[in-house]
Amino acid sequence: MEIAVTNLTKTFGSLRANDGLSLRFASGKIHGVLGENGAGKSTLMKLVSGFLQPDAGQLAFDGQPVRLRGPGDALQAGVGMVHQDPLDVPGFTALENLLCAAPRRAFPSRAMARTTLTTMAQRLGFTLAPDTPVGAMTVGQRQQLEIVRLLACGARTLILDEPTTGITAAQAHALFDALRQLAADGNTVLFVSHKLDEVAALCDTVSVLRTGQLVGEQLPMPQPQQRLLELMFGERIVQASGQALLLAGVSVSEPQGLPVVQPIQDERSSEASPTRPLVWQLEQVTAREGMVRLRNVDLRIPQGRVIGLAGLDGSGQQILLRLLAGRLHPDSGRILINGVDMTRARTRTYREAGIEYLPADRMRDGIVGALSLTDHFALLQPAGITVDRQVAAQAAREAIAAYEIKATPITPLIALSGGNQQRAMLALVPDACRGLACEQPTRGLDVASAQGIWQRLQARCATGCSVVFASADLDELMAYSDEILVFFAGEMSAPLPRATLTGARLAELIGGVGFERSAS
Amino acid sequence: MQIQDAGGQLTSRATYQLADLADYLARLVLPFLGALVLTTVVLLTVDVAPLDAYRILLFGAFSTPIRFGDMVMLASPLILCAGGLTLTFAAGLYNLGIEGQVVLGAIAAMIPLRLFPDLPPPLLWMLSFAFGAAGGMLWALLAASLRLGAGVNEIFAGLGLNFLASGIALYLILGPWRREGSASSSGTALLPRELWLPTVGSLRLAPLAPIIALVALVVVWWVLSRMRWGLEVRAVGLNGAAADRLGVPAVKRMAQAMAGCGLLAGLAGTLQVLGVFHQLIPNISSGVGLIGLLVVLLVLARPIWVLPVAVVFATFTVGSVQLPLTLGIDSSIAGVLQGALVLAALVSRGLMQRRRRA
Repeated sequence: MEIAVTNLTKTFGSLRANDGLSLRFASGKIHGVLGENGAGKSTLMKLVSGFLQPDAGQLAFDGQPVRLRGPGDALQAGVGMVHQDPLDVPGFTALENLLCAAPRRAFPSRAMARTTLTTMAQRLGFTLAPDTPVGAMTVGQRQQLEIVRLLACGARTLILDEPTTGITAAQAHALFDALRQLAADGNTVLFVSHKLDEVAALCDTVSVLRTGQLVGEQLPMPQPQQRLLELMFGERIVQASGQALLLAGVSVSEPQGLPVVQPIQDERSSEASPTRPLVWQLEQVTAREGMVRLRNVDLRIPQGRVIGLAGLDGSGQQILLRLLAGRLHPDSGRILINGVDMTRARTRTYREAGIEYLPADRMRDGIVGALSLTDHFALLQPAGITVDRQVAAQAAREAIAAYEIKATPITPLIALSGGNQQRAMLALVPDACRGLACEQPTRGLDVASAQGIWQRLQARCATGCSVVFASADLDELMAYSDEILVFFAGEMSAPLPRATLTGARLAELIGGVGFERSAS
Repeated sequence: MQIQDAGGQLTSRATYQLADLADYLARLVLPFLGALVLTTVVLLTVDVAPLDAYRILLFGAFSTPIRFGDMVMLASPLILCAGGLTLTFAAGLYNLGIEGQVVLGAIAAMIPLRLFPDLPPPLLWMLSFAFGAAGGMLWALLAASLRLGAGVNEIFAGLGLNFLASGIALYLILGPWRREGSASSSGTALLPRELWLPTVGSLRLAPLAPIIALVALVVVWWVLSRMRWGLEVRAVGLNGAAADRLGVPAVKRMAQAMAGCGLLAGLAGTLQVLGVFHQLIPNISSGVGLIGLLVVLLVLARPIWVLPVAVVFATFTVGSVQLPLTLGIDSSIAGVLQGALVLAALVSRGLMQRRRRA
């Protein structure tokens, strides 16, 4: 099925998310769509799949102009979109999800739906059991279910938005095989990503967006990486340092790992000796959250270190982060902060001891979207009857300048882009912070933003603050960690110095190959 | 986007506020027109000239000093309730238990009046207001503890406690506090004259009532817009998890917002006893709590708008009392107008939000 857009424009307030895009995606091919965050990829995909309506311009499927009033219309016309966060009903089983989200009369009977589900899953090489509750599935399986559902509902064009985020390497492999097979059957696949190596491995053509405009149209793959990077980011970053991209976690495949070290880290590594005071000390800690259980963890984190937590989603990293931040109490064992036993202390006490927590989901539990930066700084002022708005506004202005946040002091934070929100959240961490537990600090950020976040985190480390961060991005882990803890099915490895690791070895460990639990 | 110089920032702030104001006026005017259309349809179906009815509804309360006094005495507890509800609304709570808090305030206000009838009236009034406030607050805290401790939604907890409160009132009226000689569900014996709040001349207008209401409203406004506590409450209401992460004791703030609302509702109940009914009656709240909820649905957590909207609602209610006499229709048309107003406001708000999102 051929997808053509002509002069497509979509604005949000003053932002032109898509600015007169004209583009044609031929059928039977896998089309990559590249661009940094905010380039307009997601907007374009949502326009094509009916989640958004364009302000101007035309959509045509197979040469027929279409007007989509919603995703249902799009699916009826044969276009289905797999979202980054699967849209499904967690309380239902796989089969029930398929049934309830299918158009009427798609499945005459439950048995038929079951057969369809199993045969399609088998054909695409997916591991889906019809009776598993979706809540118990991994992100990868939910994505597979969504693909099966869309195909069963008659989709002939599949749109995938950052599909490899949060799924295992094996699942990504299965996904790519399935997508190739679908394309060979004559379906069209639009693959949105900012991971160059994936696009290179999978796509037949690639189109690049920058600030809402098309800068590279249907380039046949393969293309030199350097050229794609220039298209994505303009000359600015790429010229400045190819290494910076590596550092910031863009997956540029490099043959010999990532021995990239910033000077500041070098100094710290050399002076980091066991004699440095400990920020965190965990003794025989056992804790459980949901299905995952961490057992007998012993860990010592001195000042000024960056500890990366690697592992598949839900292997136990989140439990450790929440333990470190005092947001989860251990079932047994002791937690010491700066040498003081805080095992059962409240979150508030942890904050007073200089421990901060940066959640991955900014809008859910990171910041108050409707409030401005000034309001947030006012909230952080020491207790008192009134708040000093002048002081808070001054702090907000300073943070805006220091962290390059694109906002005014009184802009509600929900109006900011993801990168700006993340920088705002980081700016709100007090200078007195001694330990920072971050869950995916650069999730969903573009290269420049991610780099900026890390510069700031490293600056904090230079003053003695320790950072513990979980990330799904191997390059980010390799680039910034002093030591890496690998999690596998609720087991934690011993701290592995970065110098002893390669990206390939880390990937193996995450997958459980040669994994050894820390001796304790 | 990034505005550095002070002048630029002022402009951006001014335009922001201007747009805000226009937005708000639109939100007030559109619902009003919508409500008029709805009510007009109702009036036409019962063969009443709408203009006559509106004249009475809108201006009836200002036709005589007595009616104006009645309007003020209705608006005062309404302002207290609506003011209190802006607190819970800011905290993201739907305090449907406000009726019960008014009733409990009224019951508690009766306690010192019955225990120490011989104290000098000003002292008794002060005691009575203190008891009333405490009663309303306790009832609100009960709902809050059900929500925060036992996980019962405050809407259901509040509704349940409303029934309990009127049950207690009825029990007291028919039981321990019944009139000498004959128990009557119409209410307890009237208070001695000297315990009634002093009024202006022969009107039923007790100046203390609007004074208390306005002072309370100013305090609510100051607390929400200027105090750290108010900012924290708003943060909790907007995003409890994030506020918690930023160090705001979310549970405590929610309980305190409920307590504050209960306190004001208790004061409203006390006004009903001392200034309006001069006795405890089963329907002591006369629904001010529920009308207060309507007011707050219109103004959201913006206390400044409570005063005009509460006055308008009180005007409708008092004006409508003349409808049966002059036009032969029931006074409940005021409720239709109030309800239609809120409904239209909610609809237009929803439509605006949808348009903004699209």
